[in-house]
Amino acid sequence: MSFLSWGLAASPLAAPADDGPGNPWFSWRYIHDNADAILEALRFHAGLTAQTVLIALVVAVPLAVVAYWIRPLTGPILALSGILYTIPSLALLAMLAPLLGATNVASVLIALVLYALLVLVRNSLAGLTGVPDEVRDAAAGMGYGRFGRLLRIELPLALPGIITGLRLATVSTVALVTVGSIIGQGGLGDLILSGFRNNFYKAQILTGALLCVALALVLDLVLAGIGRLLTPWTRGRTS
Amino acid sequence: MNFFEQGFVWLNDPLNWTNPGGMLDRLVEHLTISALAVLLGCLVGWPIGIWLGHRGRGGGAVITVANLTLAIPTLALLTILPLTPLGFGQPPVVVALAVFAVPPLLANAYTGLRQIDPETREAAKGMGLSGGQMLRQVELPLSVPYLAAGLRTAAVQVVATAALAAFVNGGGLGEIISAGFGIGMSQGGGGQIVAGGIVVALLALIVEALLALLQRAVTPKPLRVRRRRRSAPAAVPAG
Repeated sequence: MSFLSWGLAASPLAAPADDGPGNPWFSWRYIHDNADAILEALRFHAGLTAQTVLIALVVAVPLAVVAYWIRPLTGPILALSGILYTIPSLALLAMLAPLLGATNVASVLIALVLYALLVLVRNSLAGLTGVPDEVRDAAAGMGYGRFGRLLRIELPLALPGIITGLRLATVSTVALVTVGSIIGQGGLGDLILSGFRNNFYKAQILTGALLCVALALVLDLVLAGIGRLLTPWTRGRTS
Repeated sequence: MNFFEQGFVWLNDPLNWTNPGGMLDRLVEHLTISALAVLLGCLVGWPIGIWLGHRGRGGGAVITVANLTLAIPTLALLTILPLTPLGFGQPPVVVALAVFAVPPLLANAYTGLRQIDPETREAAKGMGLSGGQMLRQVELPLSVPYLAAGLRTAAVQVVATAALAAFVNGGGLGEIISAGFGIGMSQGGGGQIVAGGIVVALLALIVEALLALLQRAVTPKPLRVRRRRRSAPAAVPAG
């Protein structure tokens, strides 16, 4: 078994199950012949991740602000998020899929948004509560109202926490999308699973897995870069 | 057609529990796989985390490793490992799950040893304790709450993720769900899917609750108030 064989004998549809030269771990031939399907899976994966994270962000930040303003709600919101967080993704999907239709991508989206939401709410809330009391008092003394203080002082200062949450949510969402392959809506996960089911076609499995990891790392780096651009004041301190 | 009603009907049929490959068989499988994976994770994660924490270096590496494993989809490891010399069946599933159990165990062990007051260390050194004695008599007892927190995070995550083993016919409760999808939503599979989802979710919540009690029991009273569940950043949405 050669790890980087150029896959001369690998035909995409009938790979032998053994470790013979016909079933390499990596094959340019496979990638070349199936470029369209691979790109489509990648596009679907990235699109679903982007949708998930954007929806979660739009819901999570106001929720964190509510929990921040109304302190008695903080405990229940965090406790509920902890319980939801514990529920396995497959179980959540198994309860959503029958409601929304067997192969409806919406059930995957809802499950993913719920998990991303929890990460984001926690981190945003941690960022908001991390704003020092003196800063808050100073802002009040300068005549900022509730909303002005939130928009001008507290949210910018909570930005590092929110970005951290965003990065965690994005990376874990990329990995979680693959679970959707149980209903055929898993993007690169579909590629991996169909490779496994198609006589353990290793080139397809590894291509899907590597693209997953690469997508997660690229998105993480992009978000880290955006975070640096948005919070120039943190740069001097961290190094 | 209400799938949740069908789910409860399915759960109320004793044959669905006692049949070969029924719920009880799968539950035992699920718990066996999970226990072995957590054990393996402890054997790898704790010694490394404790050693790094004792030396006081390597924190950056711990975080990097934890973040990297976050990007790997469980499905990728579950499909790749059976094609390696590990072979099919339970061993590759156990190894795959253990890989995801290591980061929280390692990170919490590291944090547990690092959070000890340096003055305590100084005092121990001043009393003439050697490195090994300090580790056994001072550092380990003081970091037990953190070790327990890591165990809780890792175990809950493994129990949740073990449901995904069904993707590669690795056994466990996920098989119930995946068999339900195989039957088809309208041919009675819907009820089975929902039933499987409910049981998997309940199992995760029960394990979480039991380990929370364990964590409380091993945490000395004075430490209880201060530290709520401060799990490592590696807390991933399970599976």
